[in-house]
Amino acid sequence: MPTATKYELKMGSATREAFGKALVAAGKADQNVVVCDADLSKSTFTALFAKEFPERFFTCGIAEANMVAIGAGLASSGKIAFVSSFSCFVMNKGFEQLRVTVAYPQVNNLKVVGTHSGISIGEDGPSQMSIEDLALATSLPGFAVMSPADEVSMYALVLASVSYPGPVFIRAGRSKTPVIYQADQKFEIGKSIELVAGGDLTIFAHGLLVAEAIRAAEALSSEGISARVIDMHTIKPIDREAIAKAAKETGALVVAEEHLVDGGLGVKIAQVVSETHPCLMEYVGIQNTYAESGTPEAVMDKYGLLARDVVAASRRALARKRA
Amino acid sequence: MATMTQTASLEQLEARCKTIRRHIIEMISAAKSGHPGGSLSAVEILVSLYMGGHLHHDPSNPTWAHRDRFLLSKGHACPVLYSVLAECGYVPVDQLNTFRRLGSIYQGHPDRRFMPILDGSTGSLGQGLSLAIGMGLAARLDQSPSRAYVVLGDGEIQEGQIWEAAMFGGFHKVDNVVAIVDYNKIQLDGFVKDILDLKPLADKWRSFGWHVIDVDGHSLTALASAWDEAKATKGKPSVVIAQTIKGKGVSFMENNPKWHGTAPNADESALALKELA
Repeated sequence: MPTATKYELKMGSATREAFGKALVAAGKADQNVVVCDADLSKSTFTALFAKEFPERFFTCGIAEANMVAIGAGLASSGKIAFVSSFSCFVMNKGFEQLRVTVAYPQVNNLKVVGTHSGISIGEDGPSQMSIEDLALATSLPGFAVMSPADEVSMYALVLASVSYPGPVFIRAGRSKTPVIYQADQKFEIGKSIELVAGGDLTIFAHGLLVAEAIRAAEALSSEGISARVIDMHTIKPIDREAIAKAAKETGALVVAEEHLVDGGLGVKIAQVVSETHPCLMEYVGIQNTYAESGTPEAVMDKYGLLARDVVAASRRALARKRA
Repeated sequence: MATMTQTASLEQLEARCKTIRRHIIEMISAAKSGHPGGSLSAVEILVSLYMGGHLHHDPSNPTWAHRDRFLLSKGHACPVLYSVLAECGYVPVDQLNTFRRLGSIYQGHPDRRFMPILDGSTGSLGQGLSLAIGMGLAARLDQSPSRAYVVLGDGEIQEGQIWEAAMFGGFHKVDNVVAIVDYNKIQLDGFVKDILDLKPLADKWRSFGWHVIDVDGHSLTALASAWDEAKATKGKPSVVIAQTIKGKGVSFMENNPKWHGTAPNADESALALKELA
């Protein structure tokens, strides 16, 4: 059984870098893998693929709408097309194209990877911060939507998305990220992973907040509170079974995410809970606002996305459960 | 090469055009909604491609990997596409009048879920050129002779994505793509020149690195040589600016913005069909 102490959380590489490495591996394994970029290949790490496979790499310039639909055309003609940019640009500027040229005609071979997600990009500020990408992506029928927590899960899930029978959106981050998984960990799209066992409450998290949730569980453990931690690396299709089980067994849920609470993982879990085992919930996320410039640490602190905030939400949840 | 009517004579193709125009009127009249003007203006373009031996396709093998791709980016003109596909034998002629009804394969705008032989679902303007270019890139990677044709509305090219795609196509020299502008000079709200003029249209495309072919879009012979010229043009994509008349073939619909998106009533339909007899 997992315990709260097994995670060293040593700093690893950014998930965007793991994405770039996985793309190269995917390109080696399948010559139908192609990549479209919107003048951010050094930042998104698609430059690694460009160097290896220049004939399968298409520079689209700063034109995300066109990039998405070019990718859809490639994917409609048998290619496995990855399109990538900062998450806020590819999702917001390319959204209509994702809807009409990918989701609606069921173009299954189109894979979107949005890097620099959330507010942890820090200094660049809100125009570059993607805080609604999961709400947008999950609204597209047929899409699988993922937010991996570390380099290991990102690498594995990018490779899994190549053969996934549907369009995919994967969210990656800018900053270096603590390593959670062993290299041999198996991942399945749509299947969450229990990282810490616990019976008093359950903390669901994705992306950067998974490490914070583990830290929170450790802190709560020293107070004698047993918190279950689940990595929801896949937001859609959502792991209904794990959610229903946690609701039934622990009776109190906390959802922690670097995303607007509106349209985020929390409300999607609430839907499953309301359909299975209704129970109380607390939400850690961005509350109806845009963030601001600052160091990543300062921004995450101000907007309440640290282990401390997960602990506070957990205490609130437990107080309500015991009331 | 598997194409169906390479030997069709000019007279036969002209007769086909008339048949297609009758289908268009009947479908839209039966549905009591739809877009006759921009369907009628594109008839010769689609007939020349699909029935004149220029678009490589095979109705007995619709998923043929090396077929030419075709996208009606101005998806609201789908009555012309459905009629042509039906007359080619892809879809049933006798169900054309279910256009726009619940469950019909003839959806209000082209929908691959209902008609899997389509190369794309269109209807939200501005996106087809990018799709065609993506398909052209894929063919180039596969060293396939497949070419991609995409019909754009003139109003449609006010969309910014068209020019993102134009810049991309010119820069990447995607010379197996042919864009066709159905330049009928009218959009929903009125005349293009009064809403957001396109002039100088040929110069715009040239400056984006495209080979421009300006033709009478109702002349089957002019269109035939345009496709040949595009095919012979290497190192840059081609755009055929097809000078057309909105509502072409039905006197009272020609050049009248009213018929962009209005269905003819029973009397009007009868009158139109009489002209197309």
